[in-house]
Amino acid sequence: MVQKLEYLKETPSQTAGPYVHIGLAPGAAGFDIYENELGWDIAGADAKGERIRVEGVVIDGTGSPIKDVMLETWQANADGVYAHPEHDGEVEAGFRGWGRVITDFDSGEWGFDTVKPGAVMGRNGLMMAPHITLWIVARGINIGLNTRVYFEDEAEANAADPVLNIIEWERRRATLIAKRTERDGQVVYRFDIKLQGEDETVFFDI
Amino acid sequence: MTKPGEFYQRDRNWHPPAVTPTYKTSVARSPQYSMISLEQSASEITGPKFGHTDIDPMDRDMIHNYAAAGESAIGERIIVHGRVLDENSRPVPNTLVEAWQANAGGRYRHKKDTYLAPIDPNFGGCGRTLTDENGYYYFRTVKPGAYPWRNWVNDWRPAHIHLSIFGTSFSQRLITQCYFEGDPLIAKCPIVNTIPDQAARGQLIAALDMNATIPLDTIAYKFDIVLRGRRSTLFENRMEGN
Ligand SMILES: [Fe+3]
Repeated sequence: MVQKLEYLKETPSQTAGPYVHIGLAPGAAGFDIYENELGWDIAGADAKGERIRVEGVVIDGTGSPIKDVMLETWQANADGVYAHPEHDGEVEAGFRGWGRVITDFDSGEWGFDTVKPGAVMGRNGLMMAPHITLWIVARGINIGLNTRVYFEDEAEANAADPVLNIIEWERRRATLIAKRTERDGQVVYRFDIKLQGEDETVFFDI
Repeated sequence: MTKPGEFYQRDRNWHPPAVTPTYKTSVARSPQYSMISLEQSASEITGPKFGHTDIDPMDRDMIHNYAAAGESAIGERIIVHGRVLDENSRPVPNTLVEAWQANAGGRYRHKKDTYLAPIDPNFGGCGRTLTDENGYYYFRTVKPGAYPWRNWVNDWRPAHIHLSIFGTSFSQRLITQCYFEGDPLIAKCPIVNTIPDQAARGQLIAALDMNATIPLDTIAYKFDIVLRGRRSTLFENRMEGN
């Protein structure tokens, strides 16, 4: 008999279900309860850097948009600093870097406004290209899916990014690159997420 | 200085897999390729922080947080309480716990819920709180009712509360559901049964806790939540290198 390891086990995940909005975005569920709904303002008014919008849909294995998905976003500021005590550096007042995004119930389209993050120091002194981490939950998703949004106009940084480069299948890296467009003078990045199929988005076990 | 390190690898055999055909919706919503395993960087070991300015102390009282003045939600009055710990048994203080649930009749206050059970005008169905310095949290609410859902034609969800927990890093982010001891619907539930291991399923069942009950007022259930634990290895050897 060996000694017993006394670690606890992580609480198992369960689907967020179709009514995730009630808890995390009650306004979208159709009622007003909290003075402060969390996650609507990612960067704050005083953040430096380029103001951008990121938009997309999450597409299931039948090719249909998922209309009851919730995404959370996590990013550094324009200097590549996370608003977290373990990350060295300062962020602007009001910059949290975290957001909550709900799809339109009719179209499945989602979008959020933020500033473009800067490059972040990664492991072993290798810079990571600017990116936004996404966490995706919905009915039918048993455990939240993690992925990253990279930016089309950062080709050089993307080519050197240590995370993109561990994806063995080079053509799958393209699933993480948001396409840059402009609409009414605003920079909009398009990032469609495919859960299955030929261009299935790369998801990470972090 | 010892900087904290990475979080332990998630035990994917303890969690439900992505594809679970008896929970039908998962079939078209599950990635088919394997996930790419990432060694954690700053992007994974950081995460949002919340404080007392974000929420109101009343938010944790679902019996009253949507009720008209002097009214309260209808149903069996319960306290759900416990600690948020990590896999090293260390408490996770000041972390945001959010909850949502159906009312005592099994009906959600959601524009997409059409179940014939009535809406309770005094029950919103959501709450949120921060754990205290010992990782302790509680909600006051009413016990949710079972409700039917379209999977097989006669599937009923056991009474459950949905819970969302942050921890200190985005890699600890977790959504789960809390069930109640003694409910015969738990063993039949296709969503509970997405979790392959029986002990893991048991980890989602709150125990009746008579010691925490308020006599003549509110009955209590205890539900501890465990987030991923963390290495204590020196930060510089693992995360940044030289
Ligand atoms: Fe539910």
